[in-house]
Amino acid sequence: MADRVEPAVLDVSHLPTVLFGIRSMTWWGIMGMMAIEGTVFLLTIATYFYLHSRSVEWPPHRDPPDLFWGTLNLCIFVLSVIPNEWYRRRARKGDTSAVRIGLVILSLVGILNVIVRGFELRHLNTDWSIDAYGSAVWMLMGLHVTHLLTDLVDTIVLTVLFFMPGLIEGKRFMDASENADYWYFVVASWIPIYLVIYWAPRWLHA
Amino acid sequence: MSTTTTPLTEAERKQAAQLERVWKEPSGFLGWFKVVHHTTIGKRYMVTAGVFFLLAGLLAGVMRLQLAFPEAHILSPDQYDQVFTMHGTTMMFLFAVPMMFEALSIYFVPLMVGTRNIAFPRLNAYSYYLYVCGGIMLWVAFFCNTGADRGWFAYVPLSGPDYGPGKRPDFWAQMITFTEVSALAVAVETIVTVFRLRAPGMSLNRIPIFVWGQVITSFMVIFGLPGVVLSSTMLLLDRTASTQFFNPAVGGDVLLYQHLFWWFGHPEVYIIFIPGAAIVSTIVTTFSRRHMFGYLIVVLSLVSTGFLAFGLWVHHMFATGIPQIAEAYFTAASMMIAIPTGAQIFCWITTLWSGKIVLRTPLWWVLGFFFTFIMGGMTGIFVASVPVDLQVHDTYFVVAHFHYVLIGGAVFPLFAGFTYWFPKLTGRMLSEVLGQVSFWLFFVGFQITFFPMHLVGLRGMPRRVYTYPSNMGWTHLNQVESAGYILLFLAVCVFLANVIRSKRHGALAGPNPWNAGTLEWATTSPPPSYNFLHLPTVNGREALWDAAPNQPVVTGLDEDTRSFLLTRTLDAEPDGKDEFPEPTAWPFLAAMATTAAFIGSIFTPWGITIGAIPIAITMIGWFWPKREPAERRRSREIWQTE
Repeated sequence: MADRVEPAVLDVSHLPTVLFGIRSMTWWGIMGMMAIEGTVFLLTIATYFYLHSRSVEWPPHRDPPDLFWGTLNLCIFVLSVIPNEWYRRRARKGDTSAVRIGLVILSLVGILNVIVRGFELRHLNTDWSIDAYGSAVWMLMGLHVTHLLTDLVDTIVLTVLFFMPGLIEGKRFMDASENADYWYFVVASWIPIYLVIYWAPRWLHA
Repeated sequence: MSTTTTPLTEAERKQAAQLERVWKEPSGFLGWFKVVHHTTIGKRYMVTAGVFFLLAGLLAGVMRLQLAFPEAHILSPDQYDQVFTMHGTTMMFLFAVPMMFEALSIYFVPLMVGTRNIAFPRLNAYSYYLYVCGGIMLWVAFFCNTGADRGWFAYVPLSGPDYGPGKRPDFWAQMITFTEVSALAVAVETIVTVFRLRAPGMSLNRIPIFVWGQVITSFMVIFGLPGVVLSSTMLLLDRTASTQFFNPAVGGDVLLYQHLFWWFGHPEVYIIFIPGAAIVSTIVTTFSRRHMFGYLIVVLSLVSTGFLAFGLWVHHMFATGIPQIAEAYFTAASMMIAIPTGAQIFCWITTLWSGKIVLRTPLWWVLGFFFTFIMGGMTGIFVASVPVDLQVHDTYFVVAHFHYVLIGGAVFPLFAGFTYWFPKLTGRMLSEVLGQVSFWLFFVGFQITFFPMHLVGLRGMPRRVYTYPSNMGWTHLNQVESAGYILLFLAVCVFLANVIRSKRHGALAGPNPWNAGTLEWATTSPPPSYNFLHLPTVNGREALWDAAPNQPVVTGLDEDTRSFLLTRTLDAEPDGKDEFPEPTAWPFLAAMATTAAFIGSIFTPWGITIGAIPIAITMIGWFWPKREPAERRRSREIWQTE
């Protein structure tokens, strides 16, 4: 084996281990989840309008959902973007105290969203079992509630982790940044769903 | 390229021992529930999907026995409904997709892109347990006389609350939930593995065609499966929570179900076929001893098949009275799919034509695929035309068509792939003689079984009938079909015998018995738990054929953790390092909690709401970090510079 040649090498020891956004592997995973869930939302909205195209009156024999609580939740969602973006940026700098504050704020915002959502559900003016319109409205709501609750639990768990100093590391900051990305998805998906649930019956009626 | 054919140096032996310590899969009974390596999970998928293939194949035998004689009563009409539904459902949801997509993707994609594990290995384990639980649930229900019995698509209103009493359609709908979650998880893992974990140098235009196929399939799963997610969820809600999606009396619509189902169901055919086509490309390349002719055309054909597949779903609904303009559009779109498929077929023929052909069993299966699949494609053009479709709709002509397409497009390539990769999986070669015997039995048996179905269909025999009168002129053709089944049965028996025998006594394969060019052949057979001793770099489309004389290997990853390399999506330049999680039982526990919630929801809508609590607990356990590795990682952290 005297003629064995030392293999050429590509040394990667200097490469970063804490990566954000497009350079992080979990970010891509979350994007994949958003693509799946986004498609589910789109097909559910398509279902809503398909059922509308099969009906004479929309909503059938009743009022559309009351605007107040849904619009209030929309405002909370939109305003939550400010602390969300702030702690997302601070996470990329490794700023522990800012991320702690941001996560606490977003946990409280999420709880507020859930409470308002409870009132929203009581003011939809329809039951899911009356007719297909009611089923479609509750389906859209149910899907968004699921996302809201999932992200809230996620945010709370991450908040707890950030108050356990032994567990804070670069990966936690990546988690925080990606948690903020996912919150954007929850907010962004609420806008079309809000328009469909609250405004489509009014516009289609006129 | 540094393959393992040369003896290891002392330093390499030490390195191998260190990698072995770090990457070792847990052993023993409890260890079984903790494994996270893609080769282990991939093999489990293969075995499980293989068992479902055999079970569904046996059900086909029962149907062939019943139909061999007019007015036979071996099965009652009710049993026959369950048998054909279980056959179709098992073949499509528990065999075809899990085998062609999940099993092959999980096992081969990480090896072919040159990394040490699949992205999100714990999610991967979770996906397997869900799949197997969904399959077991469906079959246990079947053995308890609660087998799905409304066809593999479970159309409403027949499956709805008014016409589908009992729990049979609920088990079917919930089996969909299990398998869709597992397929979606694997789709995300595959895309991330291919986009971020490729070996340095494997730029987009050097990705093996098989890997391209699995990536395109993953995207189709991501955008297609939500259709069946919704239709089966709505069906379950209509049945258990009194929603009214499909109830025409109060504004619901039964065709909504068909639209949503086929939004998924048509891409589903390509989810099964594209991996098959990608296997064919791989084998044609290896056994022609040349690079694929028209690599770009083949990849773009796969991509365009993926896109077109979403514009065809209504051709399954030509007989439902939709507007004529829509029928015309979907006919045109359906015929367009012949263009990319045709382009691929010409590329394969040219590659074979201009290469040095080595005719071994895998290539025989590929040739069988050509003949069978093209036949199925031809009748596909027939049924894409509305007037013909209205004549043959719901007859055995359609049964013949889709068995030619699905067995031709997926099962032939699968057998080709299995004989091709068996040496990699086990380290031993299959017997060439037994391989040829099983191929010819299967090929001839297939034509005898399914060709007469075209004829009996044109003579008016409808699908899904449990028997027929003797004066219809269908008897002899049915008897020929049933005789063909015996050959198919023997073919599978010979194949299994070959596998069992060769696993013990086959000739030793070595790392690369076919002199193939892709990276899975750059490591030992079977691969070690860390896949590659030296992480490879790539210099061309066929990494091993195109390697430079002293092709570099990757160094500088931590050897005391499950460290891996991240590369950039387009050019595969090294971009960062990360670390795979340790083996753990949490994914198994989370899958059990999920299973309890899914099965519970068949009986009460509260199943999901209450069941969500243990799911959340197990998932938190799954993601909860450990102190010691966190500290180790923190001490070595390098942050990205913005």
